[in-house]
Amino acid sequence: MIAQFFQIVDLGIKSLLVQKMRAGLAALGIFIGTSTVIWLVAMGEGVSYRAQQQILELGAKNVIVRTKEPNAGSEEEANSRVKAYGLLRADFRRIVENIPNINRAIPMRELKFELRLDDRTADTKLVGCTEDYLELNRLEIARGRWLSTRDRGEKVIVLASDTAKRLFPYENPIGRTIWVGSEFYTVVGQTKDRTASAAIGGSLDSRDYNLDAYIPIKTLRQRVGDLVMKRVGGGQGMNFVGEDVELSQITVEVEDIEDVDETAQIIETLLKKFHEKEDYAVVVPRELLRQAERTRTMFNVLLVVIAGISLLVGGIGIMNIMLATVTERTREIGVRRALGATRTDIIGQFLIETVVLTASGGLAGVLFGLSVGPIFRFVKKAVMTFSPDTLPPIVHELEPRIALWSVLLSLGISLGVGVAFGVYPARKAAYLDPIEALRHE
Amino acid sequence: MIRAQQADQPNAESFAFRVQDLRRTYFMKGETVHALRGVTFDVLVGEYIAIMGPSGSGKSTLLNVLGCLDRPTSGSYLLAGDDVAQINDYQLSRIRGRRIGFVFQSYNLLQQLNVLENIKVPLQYQGLIGKDANAKCRELAEMVGLGSRLYHRPTELSGGQQQRVAIARSLVNDPYFILADEATGNLDSKTTDEVLELFESLNANGKTIVMITHEDEVAERAKRVIRLRDGVIESDELNA
Ligand SMILES: Nc1ncnc2c1ncn2[C@@H]1O[C@H](COP(=O)(O)OP(=O)(O)OP(=O)(O)O)[C@@H](O)[C@H]1O
Ligand SMILES: [Mg+2]
Repeated sequence: MIAQFFQIVDLGIKSLLVQKMRAGLAALGIFIGTSTVIWLVAMGEGVSYRAQQQILELGAKNVIVRTKEPNAGSEEEANSRVKAYGLLRADFRRIVENIPNINRAIPMRELKFELRLDDRTADTKLVGCTEDYLELNRLEIARGRWLSTRDRGEKVIVLASDTAKRLFPYENPIGRTIWVGSEFYTVVGQTKDRTASAAIGGSLDSRDYNLDAYIPIKTLRQRVGDLVMKRVGGGQGMNFVGEDVELSQITVEVEDIEDVDETAQIIETLLKKFHEKEDYAVVVPRELLRQAERTRTMFNVLLVVIAGISLLVGGIGIMNIMLATVTERTREIGVRRALGATRTDIIGQFLIETVVLTASGGLAGVLFGLSVGPIFRFVKKAVMTFSPDTLPPIVHELEPRIALWSVLLSLGISLGVGVAFGVYPARKAAYLDPIEALRHE
Repeated sequence: MIRAQQADQPNAESFAFRVQDLRRTYFMKGETVHALRGVTFDVLVGEYIAIMGPSGSGKSTLLNVLGCLDRPTSGSYLLAGDDVAQINDYQLSRIRGRRIGFVFQSYNLLQQLNVLENIKVPLQYQGLIGKDANAKCRELAEMVGLGSRLYHRPTELSGGQQQRVAIARSLVNDPYFILADEATGNLDSKTTDEVLELFESLNANGKTIVMITHEDEVAERAKRVIRLRDGVIESDELNA
C-alpha cells in the first residue's frame, strides 16, 4: 500500500520533470501565494505584538484619565488669550475620596519646557509627578536617585537619558545645577533609556520618555504654576497664547483587574458632573488591548481572503497545465489502460501528480516564508544604511513574527488546491476511451 | 461471470479463449457500420495464430474485443471459461492486466520511464511491486536481449529494441495469451525476423500468441492463419 503510493508519487515527479519549465511556472503561482500569506501574517503579527506590548506597559489594572484640549466652543472662547481646561486637582481629590476599590491614584502634570545650562539647551517635557511615577511607568534609574517624599516642594530634578546627554554631553550631571525657567534646580538622578509606549488619549505619537525631566509635582505647581504661555506663529506677527491646566493625567490603579471597566465608568460619571466641556478622556488599556485584538483578527481574516484568492488563481493555472498534460499524454493513458490500469488508477496518478506539483510549490513557499525574519532584517539594514530617514519609525521596531497557523493553513490550502483543481483533469483522463486513446496522434 | 458448460472433447482448460457469433456494430450519425458480423472460432492453449485480411475487414476491431478493450455488440467471448463479453470497465481492466499481454505496432513504451520500469508497469497495477518484481523484470529484459540496457530510456533504443522491451512487458504478468496488432509493421526485415524468432521461442515454451499482420512472410511463420473479409471469417487454415 505505502510502497505503491510512493511508486505513484515517484511516477508523478518523473512525469513532471519531463516538462521542468512548465511545471516550475505552474508551481510558481502556489509558491507566491503561500509565501505571501506567511510573510504578511508575520508582519501583521509583529505589528500587533508590539502594540500589545505597549498597551500592556500602560498597565492592565489601570484606568488612565487624561486632559485633552477641548474643541473650541464659541468664537469668543476661541479668540481668548488664555484657555483654562483639563483635569483639576479637585478631580483628583474626588476620585481618591469617592471611587471604591482603588489601590492608588497618581496625578501628573507635564508641559513642554526648555532647560538650560550655560549655552546648552534641551527642549524637554517637564513632568511634575509623585514618587510613584517611576515604578508606574517602569522607568529605571541609571545614576543618582529618584524623587522621594522629602523632595516635595524642593528644587530638585531627575533627567531622562537624552535630556542628560544634551545638557551634559561629557560630565556626570548628578549634583550639578541647571536652569529651569528662571530658577536653579539640582540634578539628583538620571533615568535609563526607555522605549516609547503606546499612544493614548487621542494623540497619535507614542510617548517618548527619553526627553523627559522630572520634578516633584508640588514644586511644579508652586514654582512654575498652571499657566503656560505658548508661542504661536513667528516673525513679526508673533503671538502668545496661554494654557491654564492643573493636571495632565491621573492614573488610577484598581485592586482587582476585573473592576477596571466598572471603575472607568464610575470615574466618567463622576467627572462629567464637574466638566461642561469634554476636556478629558478616560482610557482603559485593557479595552485598548481588546480593540487591538479585534483589529488583528480582522486583518488576519482579510489576509486569508486575499490568500484564498491568490491561491485560487494559482489553482486555475495548475488546472490549465494539467488539462494540457492530459491531452498530450492521451496515448500514455491508453497504454496504461491496456496494461491493466483501472479508471481509479488513472485518477490517482493524475491527482497525485497535481498534488505533487502544488505541494512542492507550497513547500518551497513555506520555506521562503519562514525566512521572513532574516530577509526582513537584511533589507531593513540595507535601506537604513543607504537612506536612514525613509523608513517610518514603526518599521524600525518591527520584528516579523511567524504564526504557525499561517504555515499550516497555507500548506493545507496548497494541498487542497492540488486536489480541487486536479480532480477534473484526472477524471477527464480516466474517462477517455482506451481504444481512442491508443490511436491518438 | 458464468462458468461455461462445455463438455466437448478438448476440455475447458485447454482453451485459451473461445468466441461465438461475435458482432460489433458502430453506430454513427445516420450510419451503422458492421465491423464484425458473426465471428466464431476457438483458440487452444499453445496456438500461434496470424489474423489476416484486407484493410477495413475488422481485424483491429476483433483484436480490441479479444483484448478486452472493447465490448462486442453481441455474441459471447469465453476467456478461461468466463464470459467476459458484457462485463464492466473495472472488470475489463483487471482482465487486461492479469490475462492479456499487448504488443503494439508503435511499441507504446512510456517515455519518462527506463527499460526496467517500463517492463514493470503492468505489475504495478496488480499491486505486485518489490524485490521479486524487480528480479522478474530484469530476467525478462535479459531474455529479450536487453540485459545491458536496463536503465536506458525508450528514446535511446532502436525500434527493434523498443519492440523487444514491449514484448518483455507483455509477458511480465504471465498472461494467457499475447495479442499483437501488426507488431512488426514498423520494423525492417532483419529486426522483423528477430521479433518473430522471439515469438516462436515463446510459443515453443507454450505461450499462446494471436497476431495481426498484412505480410504473408510473417503469417507463414505462424501455425494457423485466419483470414477475415467484411467482418466474417473467410478462411481458417493450419500452416503446413
Ligand atoms: N470507432 C469506430 N467508429 C466507427 N467505425 C469504426 C470504428 N472503428 C472501426 N470502424 C470501422 O469498422 C471497420 C473495421 O475496422 P478495423 O479497424 O477493424 O479494420 P482493420 O481490419 O483493422 O483495417 P486495417 O488493416 O486498415 O487496420 C471499418 O470499416 C472501420 O471504418
Ligand atoms: Mg487495424
